[in-house]
Amino acid sequence: MTHKISAKDVSVFYGAKQAIDHVSIDVDQDNVVAFIGPSGCGKSTFLRTLNRMNDTVASARVTGEILLDGEDIYAPSMDVVQLRARVGMVFQKPNPFPKSIYENVAYGPRIHGLATARADLDLMVEQSLRRAGLWDEVKDRLSDSGTALSGGQQQRLCIARAIAVDPEVILMDEPCSALDPIATAKIEELIHGLKGRYAIVIVTHNMQQAARVSQQTAFFHLGQLVEFGRTGDIFTNPREERTRDYITGRYG
Amino acid sequence: MVDHTVKAFDADIGQLRGMISQMGGLAEDAIALAMQALQRPDPALAARVRADDKAIDAIESEVERLAVRIIALRAPMAVDLREVVAALKIAAVVERIGDYAKNIAKRVPMIDGEHRIEPISLLPSMARMASDMVRAALDAFAARDPEAAMRVVESDAALDDFYDSIFRTLVTYMVENPRTISQVAHLLFVAKNLERIGDHATNVAEMVYFAATGTQMADRDRGGATSEDER
Repeated sequence: MTHKISAKDVSVFYGAKQAIDHVSIDVDQDNVVAFIGPSGCGKSTFLRTLNRMNDTVASARVTGEILLDGEDIYAPSMDVVQLRARVGMVFQKPNPFPKSIYENVAYGPRIHGLATARADLDLMVEQSLRRAGLWDEVKDRLSDSGTALSGGQQQRLCIARAIAVDPEVILMDEPCSALDPIATAKIEELIHGLKGRYAIVIVTHNMQQAARVSQQTAFFHLGQLVEFGRTGDIFTNPREERTRDYITGRYG
Repeated sequence: MVDHTVKAFDADIGQLRGMISQMGGLAEDAIALAMQALQRPDPALAARVRADDKAIDAIESEVERLAVRIIALRAPMAVDLREVVAALKIAAVVERIGDYAKNIAKRVPMIDGEHRIEPISLLPSMARMASDMVRAALDAFAARDPEAAMRVVESDAALDDFYDSIFRTLVTYMVENPRTISQVAHLLFVAKNLERIGDHATNVAEMVYFAATGTQMADRDRGGATSEDER
């Protein structure tokens, strides 16, 4: 079977410093994959290579190959704007535009030309907000500012915004680290609901969260992918000593 | 294995392991004393064994409380999780072993009669064998040693053979001495209890193996021949 994303022998350098060291990993369509590891292990850096967010860092250099549906995303012919529509991203801190809730979600479909008629756009906004589990809470105040929502609602708005352009993959970089446990649970439930429709890759410092939301877990350490396997196996019987020491709290 | 970054975690696990060792020691004592009481026979000693069983039960409750606390407060993962779960299950099994010793002690007054039953002299060696298995299984737990656990499992066949031979001897004895049947029937139960203690030691060893390796011993055994073939 072909993988949704297939990274082969990927290394990332910031200037002379190597941040990612020959990482190969496959992400399948119907899976949630969690990246775990200590700060500075490269998990976020690697996540950002998957939709070329590192392009914005002048000194960053990526080697190796990352295929999306078999297509090299670093090929010169790749339209980066188009790529980021296919591979959406949600960040650690909710970052809604200082616009209305409606406009936050409608923005993507509009600039990508996915909808022009108001009725189509309305439908897309509603559908995205529903999938993000936010519709019922905001349907009567779509013209309110997105920044007026609570942190958890803002994060779900950002997920709705990512969903609105009909991506294939959603990357989440510690999406719950600024949220309280209830808002976190809602995001996790949402991830569960989105699974299957989108391939999801989530970076998290919360190992319980990785255990709860993912089917596969990748452990990064010092820029290397130490172990990648089924989440149940990683958390009950990791093969690598470094994985075991990290997840059991023996990391020195 | 290196220590946990959070030292109190190691202290909790250490305490849990300590309680399992303590339970194991008490269970071994109970087997030895019950057998002593049976041989002499010594009803007073038997009564003491029955009373002492409460201590084993109490530690089991303690293990349960601490294990639940560790799971709730420390969210153990991987080898730690397997070890806590194993401790929980081992405590329950050792408590059962204590019950078998208590049951042997309970039969002492019923066996105490005018006839000296010769085959009773076979039972202490069987008891030692069973007790050695219990000790070896708990030593394997303390040492996190899957190979030692494996040897315990393998040694169970010898205890089963011992039981079969004692069973035949006791049945023959009953046929030849019908007036002793009710006493000897109790000895049959004693032998059966010892055989069950060996089975429980085997269970402990299997849990030790799983805690240490993350794989079930049975999975490893199923290599070429299926267990059906072996039977």
